[in-house]
Amino acid sequence: MTEFLLGSACAILVVVAVGLVRLLRGPGEADRMMAVQLLGTGSTAVMLIFGAVIRQPAVIDVALIVALLSAFAGLAFVRGISPNSGGGDE
Amino acid sequence: MLLDLWTIVLVSMGVVFFLAGTVGLLRFPDALSRLHALTKADNLGLGLVVIGLLPRLTGIADGAKMIFVWLLVMLSGACLAQLVAHLIRQSGDFKP
Amino acid sequence: MTAWLDSAALILLIGLAAWVVLGRNTFAAVAGFIAYGMLLGLVWVELQGIDVAMTEAAIGGGLTGALMIGAARRLKSAAPVAPATAGTLVIAIGVGAAMAAILAACVLALPNPAPSLASLVAGNIAATGVQNPITAVLLAFRSMDTLLEAVVLLLALIAVWSLAPDAEWPGRIGVPQTANPNGILAYIARVLPPIGLVIGFYIFWAGADQPGGKFQAATILAAMWLLIISAGLGKTPPVSSRWLRAGLIAGPIGFILVGAYGVASTGAFLGLPAAYAKPLIVTIEIALLPTLTLILALLIPPPLRKRAEA
Repeated sequence: MTEFLLGSACAILVVVAVGLVRLLRGPGEADRMMAVQLLGTGSTAVMLIFGAVIRQPAVIDVALIVALLSAFAGLAFVRGISPNSGGGDE
Repeated sequence: MLLDLWTIVLVSMGVVFFLAGTVGLLRFPDALSRLHALTKADNLGLGLVVIGLLPRLTGIADGAKMIFVWLLVMLSGACLAQLVAHLIRQSGDFKP
Repeated sequence: MTAWLDSAALILLIGLAAWVVLGRNTFAAVAGFIAYGMLLGLVWVELQGIDVAMTEAAIGGGLTGALMIGAARRLKSAAPVAPATAGTLVIAIGVGAAMAAILAACVLALPNPAPSLASLVAGNIAATGVQNPITAVLLAFRSMDTLLEAVVLLLALIAVWSLAPDAEWPGRIGVPQTANPNGILAYIARVLPPIGLVIGFYIFWAGADQPGGKFQAATILAAMWLLIISAGLGKTPPVSSRWLRAGLIAGPIGFILVGAYGVASTGAFLGLPAAYAKPLIVTIEIALLPTLTLILALLIPPPLRKRAEA
């Protein structure tokens, strides 16, 4: 079971890492941001799996912080690229 | 044994959704479609992994916290997706 | 299998670090830096340094990311700098290589096994009343370092303030932000901070017995405050504000008072009498929380500065 969980964690990490090609190529700032967001979610998943493997519940707290702060960084990034966003017309 | 099967099936499905998200992010032709693919990985990929891991946890509090992580990612992901879509439309990388 | 996971994370980490340094597009480099911070948090989890992972995830991925975005915005509107000449490049590469060589030599010269006080900490942790060894080290065994760190952070904030133009003193920090009050940014800035507040205080409270503590909690609270400010729902306080200044010195003052109590009760500055060790440690943490929150938030100017002036 441990092997399976570590294998899936590894697979998720490699998969989202491949997604980082969008970080390199763009073309837009939005694409780069999406790649980072995918990496953020992916590493949260990897963390949770790893926490289940080593039976350390405190890892869930780390995932909580990552989820909260990556949202903050993402919002700051959108504001940074385009100050008018968030004004929105919706 | 049955719980192990539960974990294996759901975590594997989660991996598949992460794969789908990445493939979509790399292969879809325009930014809005790529955004759509990304949200699949965010919501379903992480969600399936979380549900799959639930039987491996020792306490109910840990399980609740883990589900809360998923809800938090979904909330911020949904709002961020709106803002990014707005950004894409502003930058002109959008052909109706 | 763990080796695979570790090597994948490591390769990715080095690749991202190279991208951050070599990338030509500033915003792309910042995006890479945020990804790097998240990944470093993951690596610390793999090393089972949970406390460090929390700090890295909060500071490296979140707060420093916001700081860099602000810097990138300012760079965008600043005049382009002249390209580096061959001479500058040679000097830069030389200094970088020399620094790497010195660091490598230092690491190789470390005694093996490394000198460790871990067994001493483990043997005496019961006396402090807290169960998280990191908290015990930071606030009991080496509390002098922590006190000085808090003072250093305060000095950093004063240094940043002293860079402000005379004409703007004593104004507000940064420029007021505006956003559509019915937009999605204002929505998330209303919904997320209450959640963040609960998580922050949970991490703070958990810090006594499991990974967590005031520093990670302060980072979370600072990020939530910045989110409210950036959506135009709140304002930064003026630097002359009494409560702001009181909050900024509350931590060091509380810390020093506990230290002085140590002189009276145990004969040593910052000495903690065993009977009251845990309440005193918690007192220090409570005093430091508002100070660290204010400093961390105010060190990061709102990212909209330049545009609002234009």
